[in-house]
Amino acid sequence: MNGSDDLNRNRAVDWALMAYIVLAYAFVFAPIAASFVFSFNSDRFPSIPLGQFSLDWYRAIAMDPLVWEGARNTLFVGVIVGVVSTALGFGAAYTDYRYMFTGKQVYLALALLPPTIPVIILGLAMLAYLSRISLSGNALSVIISHVVVCAPFAMAIIRLRLSQMDPALEPAAWNLGASEWKTMRHVIVPFTMPAILGALFITMAVSFDEFAVAWFVSGLNETLPVKVLGFLQGQVSPRINAIGTFVFILSMTLVILAQLLLSGRGATPADKE
Amino acid sequence: MRRKISLYGLTFSLPLLIWQILFFVFPLLFLIALSFWTVKNFTMRPDFNMVNWTTIYGRGVFWQAYGTTFALAAAASVLTSVLAFPAAYAIAFKLSDAARRWAVFLMVIPFFTSYLVRVYSWQIFLSDNGIINVILGWVGLGPFQMLNTVGATIIGYLTLSFPLVVLLQLFSLAFLDRTLIEAAHNLRCGRVRTVFAVVIPSARVGLVIAALFCFILSFGDFVSPVYLGGGEPTTLSILITDTTKSGQQWPRAAVIALTMIGTLMLVAFAAVKFAYKGKTK
Repeated sequence: MNGSDDLNRNRAVDWALMAYIVLAYAFVFAPIAASFVFSFNSDRFPSIPLGQFSLDWYRAIAMDPLVWEGARNTLFVGVIVGVVSTALGFGAAYTDYRYMFTGKQVYLALALLPPTIPVIILGLAMLAYLSRISLSGNALSVIISHVVVCAPFAMAIIRLRLSQMDPALEPAAWNLGASEWKTMRHVIVPFTMPAILGALFITMAVSFDEFAVAWFVSGLNETLPVKVLGFLQGQVSPRINAIGTFVFILSMTLVILAQLLLSGRGATPADKE
Repeated sequence: MRRKISLYGLTFSLPLLIWQILFFVFPLLFLIALSFWTVKNFTMRPDFNMVNWTTIYGRGVFWQAYGTTFALAAAASVLTSVLAFPAAYAIAFKLSDAARRWAVFLMVIPFFTSYLVRVYSWQIFLSDNGIINVILGWVGLGPFQMLNTVGATIIGYLTLSFPLVVLLQLFSLAFLDRTLIEAAHNLRCGRVRTVFAVVIPSARVGLVIAALFCFILSFGDFVSPVYLGGGEPTTLSILITDTTKSGQQWPRAAVIALTMIGTLMLVAFAAVKFAYKGKTK
């Protein structure tokens, strides 16, 4: 075989693979883009050709008190879920980083497994269990269930950051006379701060979008995604696109903030100490 | 590393443990107990009765739904894995480092968009007057019924798990020992043969785990079968929501849920066993 032949063949394969990447991303982003475009489209039944540019659907959701209530519930639940799951996730990540103990495998399994259980089963189990202990049908039940699902994400993010820390840093602080608590406050927490904030935003974003478990346990305190499920069951309405676009922008803002915190100023804060 | 149990250590390790035992382990255990309860006059009573198990397992509808769900989830994992692999391969080996970072970032975005909204958006593409049929109409084809078909359900499953499968495959390919590929090329192993004889076997663990995740997600999903598949054929997830939301038959729903968990555990066990087959570590 001669060289130029080989080169040509490679190039054809490379082009085909590049085209395939573009196709794959087109498939992934088609529904996201369509939802964005049609949220500004005047037609009642979305299709092409496009109707006129309009903000009607945004106006419709802005005037709907149920949507506002849903948004309030979502925000309320999301913020608390973010704070609680990040706190729990931090504890678990630190435990995994620092301690060896018998049963650690079980501990880690409990800490990481919940997202792999289908939400529909988790929803049913939560509904049955929480209503048994008289906790179902309110925002608290949604918060409890969401923390179960979100804490593992927080743990994974913070654990990753801890593994970037010099293992000698903590013992060094102890040798210099700092207590464990002081070391935690002045060494570990500052070092993991970007990951802590990142985890906070990511878990909030996960909670904002979770609908299945919330749908099962929420009762009257529906979050926004549960409202969307209601719209989907009822009449076809481009309002879903408007809500979707709104929540997407909110979630993406949180994710990008998290991304900036996790990568951008990565190593700086603790290195300065 | 100190091994002593201290107040300090417990402060960090216990909260999550307690939370997950109270609100994750207990609910699942309660589901087992619930499956033996009985329902009389629309109220549940603690009991130890096999009636829910025998009722559900005695129904043809249940086994039909079970078969459908299993087949659909299996088809989805094979299809998603096959469709995702060239993309993951290309991102791993054909892109520059900077482009790869962007590709990963873009693949993460779908996780933070509502799955419900994406499914609704597919309705816009697939409905009788939807985008695809309009475009086909321009060239004189169709309209075809695409919404409320099994194909639409599969598109929904793809929407759900394609990004995750690409990312998991990508990570397993990224950790591949590249000298293996160079060695294969030096030994005059062709491109395609290298992929099948070297790349796929070396990345097997990641590829199987990715397919497993797709199976788990599709097996439990109720949004695609309902809003894209039109509720036909009935899947186990539809059966659960119907039994729970309208029928007040939580114990029977618990039987279905437990059967699903059992199935998923078996599949996961088999998949992991297969993934690590012949590996020493």
